[in-house]
Amino acid sequence: MLEALIVMALGAVILGGALGYASIRFKVEGDPLVEKIDAILPQTQCGQCGFPGCKPYAEAIAKGEAEINQCPPGGDDGVHKLADLLGREFKPLSGEHGIEKPKSIAFIDEQTCIGCTLCIQACPVDAIVGAAKQMHTIVATQCTGCELCLPPCPVNCISMVPIAESVETWKWKYPVFELKTRQAA
Amino acid sequence: MRRLFNFHGGVKPPTHKTESNREPIAAAPLFAEYVVPLHQSIGGTPQPLVKAGDLVLKGQRIGEADGNMSSAVHAPTSGVVKAVEMRTAAHSSGLSTLSVVIEADGRDQWCELKPLDWRSLPPAQVREHLQNAGVVGLGGAVFPSHLKVNPGKQGHLDTLVINGAECEPFITCDDMQMRERGDTVVKGAAILRDLTQARQVLIGIENNKPEAIAAMKATVKALGVERIEIVPIPTRYPAGGAKQLIRVLTGIEVPHGHRSTDYGVQCFNSGTAAAIYDALELGKPLISRIVTVAGNVDKPRNYEVLFGTAMKDMIALVGPKPDADRVIMGGPMMGYRMPNDAVPVVKATNCILVGSAALFPPPPPEMPCIRCGECAKACPADLAPFELYWFSKAKIFGKAQEYHLFDCIECGCCAFVCPSRIPLVDYYRFAKSEIWARERDNSAADTARRRYEFRLEREEREKREKAAKLAAKAAETKAKLAAAEAAAASGDTTAPTPPPGADDAKKALIAAAMAKAQAQKAAAAPANTAALTAEQQAQVKEIEARRAEVEAAVAQAAKTAKPEAKPDAE
Repeated sequence: MLEALIVMALGAVILGGALGYASIRFKVEGDPLVEKIDAILPQTQCGQCGFPGCKPYAEAIAKGEAEINQCPPGGDDGVHKLADLLGREFKPLSGEHGIEKPKSIAFIDEQTCIGCTLCIQACPVDAIVGAAKQMHTIVATQCTGCELCLPPCPVNCISMVPIAESVETWKWKYPVFELKTRQAA
Repeated sequence: MRRLFNFHGGVKPPTHKTESNREPIAAAPLFAEYVVPLHQSIGGTPQPLVKAGDLVLKGQRIGEADGNMSSAVHAPTSGVVKAVEMRTAAHSSGLSTLSVVIEADGRDQWCELKPLDWRSLPPAQVREHLQNAGVVGLGGAVFPSHLKVNPGKQGHLDTLVINGAECEPFITCDDMQMRERGDTVVKGAAILRDLTQARQVLIGIENNKPEAIAAMKATVKALGVERIEIVPIPTRYPAGGAKQLIRVLTGIEVPHGHRSTDYGVQCFNSGTAAAIYDALELGKPLISRIVTVAGNVDKPRNYEVLFGTAMKDMIALVGPKPDADRVIMGGPMMGYRMPNDAVPVVKATNCILVGSAALFPPPPPEMPCIRCGECAKACPADLAPFELYWFSKAKIFGKAQEYHLFDCIECGCCAFVCPSRIPLVDYYRFAKSEIWARERDNSAADTARRRYEFRLEREEREKREKAAKLAAKAAETKAKLAAAEAAAASGDTTAPTPPPGADDAKKALIAAAMAKAQAQKAAAAPANTAALTAEQQAQVKEIEARRAEVEAAVAQAAKTAKPEAKPDAE
């Protein structure tokens, strides 16, 4: 009886020690789930979800504090991906956080711009260049279309321009077979 | 006799080559207008070098290569630039692309041609010349040739393959070029042999072109070039695919994810070899190519066509039949349907194929896949087309990539043999462009994430720096306070002895600061009345008094004038 207890206790101590060592030795830095969620989010950093960026929203989803349907730039497609990752039910995009829009980038009307630098401070990805009392402009390749530069502009010189499809970005359409109705004789 | 190898799969569609290879190559007449798209090769879109109203000469560079993976574009004839604007591209999308519109002046005057002494120049300079001459692969993929003229990792190639197979039905442009202008092809091959330091050059030609084989053999003999061999290969589509031809000629099967140069083999189209000869020995940039105009037309034929010529002008030369209803760029297997017949001939246009419902009947309805495996038997890239089809159809793109979707060369063999008549290549093209779009989105998201995180870090750093600055200032103030306290403690009688305590020391400091500010204010006050003589001061006083008098008089006058003015207003 005593032997058995000792053996079990020893086993528990050894295994516990091994597990304890492993948890320190192979500690995973950061939350891998947050990284995975963050990889799905479109990185617009627009804050439409109610969080100050994509990473905070990803953290909130991982903690279960936010729904998966609060990201309008990700669209229904993004919600599907999040639902697949987290094993949750798909939900349509919640209307209160905004609607899905065609991908656009900001454009500064350089005739109207007064060089106030307010938009530069608002841009989350530093995609606006300019200086005080100098004309500003958007670096088109870096603009995420978050629209955060629109409200601070005192002269309303920023507009959103939808990105036009070009020969380089054109996509082949999904093949569909055309059904033809027989013409009346 | 050289030992030849076999590639997996392949099909034997009707070749339709004899229609267009009976007549010699003709030069296309000069047309009134040329629309030259700037983006004609894989890689970056060249930057326009001309603007509306400029005069250009034939062969003048009008688009400069944008980065290494890009190739220059030249004016096809002399004339005036009418516009640099968006015009419909020779692309299935029907979208427009930036093009230079040139109105021909009819003189067709060449610019100054500068041949390159390529033998005595470093390879980098030769490559730059080829890039500036706009030489790209003319087999249809339009990959910039300067990137391929490269001896590879070992410093020399074993085998240089010149692709004269031309396996696609209807197309005979390479065939006719080798028959009539074989010397430029062979000379170009010799240049490439020297540039890549290849041990041997194999020119592979399908054995359904006996005239071309005979002509090329005679040319090689007549020119006396060494280490160049003409190799007839069995006719089987797609023997003209680069990997397939390398397999047939050398037995080397280039694995997934590798380049043929890793195995000491490089492949160029025969037309590209001729273009390289023109660019280096004659200094002529690539401004034209041989184009087969065939299909549903009366007199199918090969023409030497300047880039920018409208396809409809070429079709008009060969007499389209009345039921012609579509234009395909390339052949029936791999060609792309054009949005209309007004799009220009570009570097990728090896064939203008005029179609009709009779020639290419609409495919019968797509039936379900029965997993018969015929497509896998026919696939020359050793893929499993039915698996790729399932995954593409279900939009499971990750799986499609695992099955090496991007090794698919879109040759169309699978769709050709499919008993269910599934347009398989359409599914692969759809899946490929979706994957590319996703990759673009992902890389944009990664950039945005990096920039956002950098911005957060920068804001944090600025905050830290500001805090550090404030802390330094506070420390300085504290030191001053301590000094003041020390002075007070030592019994300094000039200052009203404050009791030891931070508050009073602070008050003293504030008082000192206020006194300093007042002194500054006084110093900054206008001082032009400060140092005046008594006489001047008296004058000032007098003037002031007079001003007051006048003001009083004005006020009086206003008072008296008001009641008078009132009735007038009423």
